[in-house]
Amino acid sequence: MKRISSVNDCVIRFANVNGSGSASANNLFAKAVFRMGVPVSPKNIFPSNIQGLPTWYEVRVNDQGYIGRRGDVDMVVAMNGQTMLRDYMDLLSGGYFIYDSSRQLADDFNREDVIEIGLPLTSMCNGAFENPRMRSLLKNIIYVGALAFLLDMEFSVLTESVEKQFRKKTKLMEPNLKALHMGYEYAREQYPDVCQLKIERRDKVGDAIMMDGNTATGLGAIYGGATVVGWYPITPSTSVIEAFGKYADQLRVEKETGRIKAAIVQAEDELAALGIVIGATWNGARAFTATSGPGVSLMNEFLGLAYYAEIPVVLVDVQRAGPSTGLPTRTQQSDVLSCAYASHGDTQHVLLFPASPYECFEMTADAFDLADRLQTPVIVLSDLDLGMNDHLSPPLVWDDSRTYDRGKVLNEEQLLGLQERWGRYLDVDGDGICYRTYPGTSDKAGAYFTRGSAHDEYSVYSEDAQTYEKNMQRLQRKMETAVSMLPAPEIFCENEGGRIGVIYFGTSSHAAEECLDRLNREGIPVNGLRVRAFPFHQQVSDFIDRHDKVLVLEQNRDGQLRTLLINECEVVPQKLISVVHYDGLPLASRTVYSMLADALQKAGQHVSGDDRNQGGAA
Amino acid sequence: MTFFRPGFRHPDLPPNEAGYELRDYEGGISTLCAGCGHDSVNAAIIRACFELAIEPHKVVKLSGIGCSSKSPAYFLGKSHGFNSVHGRMPSIATGANMANRDLIYLGVSGDGDTASIGMGQFAHAVRRNLNMVYIVMNNGCYGLTKGQYSATADKGSIGKKGEPNQLESIDLCEIAIQLGAGFVGRSFSGDKQQLVPMLKAALSYEGMSFVDVISPCVTFNNTPGSTKSYHWVREHREATNTFDFVPFRQEITTEYAEGKTEAVTLHDESVIYLHKGDGNLQITDRRQAMDALEEHKRKGLILTGILYVDPEGEDTHVILHTTKRALNALGEKDLCPGNDALADINDRFR
Repeated sequence: MKRISSVNDCVIRFANVNGSGSASANNLFAKAVFRMGVPVSPKNIFPSNIQGLPTWYEVRVNDQGYIGRRGDVDMVVAMNGQTMLRDYMDLLSGGYFIYDSSRQLADDFNREDVIEIGLPLTSMCNGAFENPRMRSLLKNIIYVGALAFLLDMEFSVLTESVEKQFRKKTKLMEPNLKALHMGYEYAREQYPDVCQLKIERRDKVGDAIMMDGNTATGLGAIYGGATVVGWYPITPSTSVIEAFGKYADQLRVEKETGRIKAAIVQAEDELAALGIVIGATWNGARAFTATSGPGVSLMNEFLGLAYYAEIPVVLVDVQRAGPSTGLPTRTQQSDVLSCAYASHGDTQHVLLFPASPYECFEMTADAFDLADRLQTPVIVLSDLDLGMNDHLSPPLVWDDSRTYDRGKVLNEEQLLGLQERWGRYLDVDGDGICYRTYPGTSDKAGAYFTRGSAHDEYSVYSEDAQTYEKNMQRLQRKMETAVSMLPAPEIFCENEGGRIGVIYFGTSSHAAEECLDRLNREGIPVNGLRVRAFPFHQQVSDFIDRHDKVLVLEQNRDGQLRTLLINECEVVPQKLISVVHYDGLPLASRTVYSMLADALQKAGQHVSGDDRNQGGAA
Repeated sequence: MTFFRPGFRHPDLPPNEAGYELRDYEGGISTLCAGCGHDSVNAAIIRACFELAIEPHKVVKLSGIGCSSKSPAYFLGKSHGFNSVHGRMPSIATGANMANRDLIYLGVSGDGDTASIGMGQFAHAVRRNLNMVYIVMNNGCYGLTKGQYSATADKGSIGKKGEPNQLESIDLCEIAIQLGAGFVGRSFSGDKQQLVPMLKAALSYEGMSFVDVISPCVTFNNTPGSTKSYHWVREHREATNTFDFVPFRQEITTEYAEGKTEAVTLHDESVIYLHKGDGNLQITDRRQAMDALEEHKRKGLILTGILYVDPEGEDTHVILHTTKRALNALGEKDLCPGNDALADINDRFR
């Protein structure tokens, strides 16, 4: 039988029961790979449940730094009876099946092209540990120890990780170390020379960090100067607020008093969450909220108000497969259209599309400057994959000379020094952006009454038809101004002869760029562009213009980015070919490759590559 | 409805302690119907702010949607105002208050805005004991959409369309007391003597001051069968107590007979003197307040006055342990931890 054989290029899937304490053990494994200098990408595929349902943790190890999900599994650690047979059947031919051999495998487990590795985890734990709760947790650590031997990893990296993790809880350190050793020793005695997957030390991660996007987003809000948070719990955005709160407790404490330089208000619903943000920013603070698709639906009314009344908002939408009883713990990029034009009437909103924790941090911090400068909502469109999974990312950086751009705000002195009459909605600079004042500024000037759109340039109530039209045109002008301030798209590759391009954004980038590398290596010239913001830069239109056909890769059914491109860049629909993936799982490069290959065929580009087993690393 | 306001003011009316004249507290010309109760409430707000010598620009006016929510345009023209979204004033007020705790937040809402579409936001702003004055101009109907019953209309009350209201009414004061408002009062737009001192006390209280003002709708709900008509309210109200409000630092000039008054001191040291004998309600007792409201309702009477005060109540900032400085005044130095701190954080993720 041919065994899958590779060095630093494999996918290992851990199949567990939700709530069984497997997450920290699996994380320990992934972190160890990272600490050996090898790029690694873990994906937590979990149910909408606290305890009992199946959960998977899929770890891709890849020397070349491809950190998107790969798809297909070389090794599975099957710890969940409910899914065991399926996990077994899903293994690639020549793959490795690790299971708890305290119970015998049923007759259905009869593949001849799979290497079975039994570890009597339950019996080992029962013999070695007294505490029944600890037993089930340590079972997970035993298999990590066994993996270390099977994959020929540096064992010391694992023991050091455990020591680091439990340095404040020494009582737990000893049994965890013991469990690691037990697993390692058992595998060494029973399964020498069985596994041909290897993980070797490299120096390929540099100064990178392993962080989830939501932590980076929360930090971005801390660094961006947010002081007021209105929020309502919703997966997968909750950990953005938790991160903000955690770092506020560490970094925003007033030395003398112990008080916090932030107000985090858990609201009664998403409507109120956004209302709190609007009230706070109108009153001169920086404020934000984080939510997901259903929350955005509820926030639509207030988004309209903020757009018309020109009030800064920073909204983080960590997208998921909705609705609430949809797949709330699975990832998607499916709020693109609902965010771009959220609310009633003629509205349009600034969108930012981060693709890494680094960008989550940077774009969130920048969003506060943009919202203040543009006096309008800015929506950071993250997703569950980016937000809740650990990603290999460049370290976060902050330029200490940077100051906050609070936009056009007049204080009392400036107000009194004006030659002309001040108008809240008077466009004196011609960029569509007007000067505002904060409440409490002066008893002599600057007070105004905020309303939606029934106002003239001086914020005086008006239902005059022409006044309304003029105001709406100015708002459009403001959006044109916005474009130059937004992050430009990133051209990933462009070959002279390439007639076909691919456009993608956010977490679709990892798989897209891996496939672009592969296609180009195979001699198929395909060009790639990553969109980073909406409204689109001119470069996006230019890229589309330069190509005969453009594939638009995204994670939703209806090709929402494609629709937006057709609408905003005035593209002939036939020119943009939709390549979509929307099953709720993070994009897998092998799937994307075959989807792109199909689409390229349709676009008239012959592709000969074997779409399945060569992998991105071929 | 007035289209013209004379510039003349009484020459003997002196400016207040802060140096502002009454006109500094006035707003735009009202576009509400002639005789609307809301205009009387607006006048009472102007009077209360003037008498308390609040700097007009230190007040923030917030409202939702409806006739009542148009009102903030008609008082305190030197204050910033925000006519927001239907039923959502409480969340806007929460955010605004979080941003700058040094200003005074005056929310104006109606019975539709609060008791129906905004019930959730009302309830939760009350639970937070947000430091604001929350006035409901309560007329039992939707004026701007031409007279539909609202959720505070009494069962059996008959408005202009002639069909009696079939649904049970919501008593906003009872809900406010139950959910933890620190200050709850009910008044009548036609009773300036009661309303002005009540608003002054409400403005001085640190925490949620909820004031339900029955404010008849002359156009749609001032009918003989309506329990929110001028006539009905005048005939059927009973005051809990008469009271004087003495703001902090102001000399007490009235003489009170021993044993006849009870003083309730608020956070800012201002004092409410209640004249006992008019009523036996112990206003710091939540349960007595609820009982009294229900008892009067049973008798077909409307209980007015300050219904409940919790002098110890803690507002949202106290609960959240936020800095005493206004958050909107903090800059990079206070808010941004800098790159060294970020480098330490990066290390924890390796």
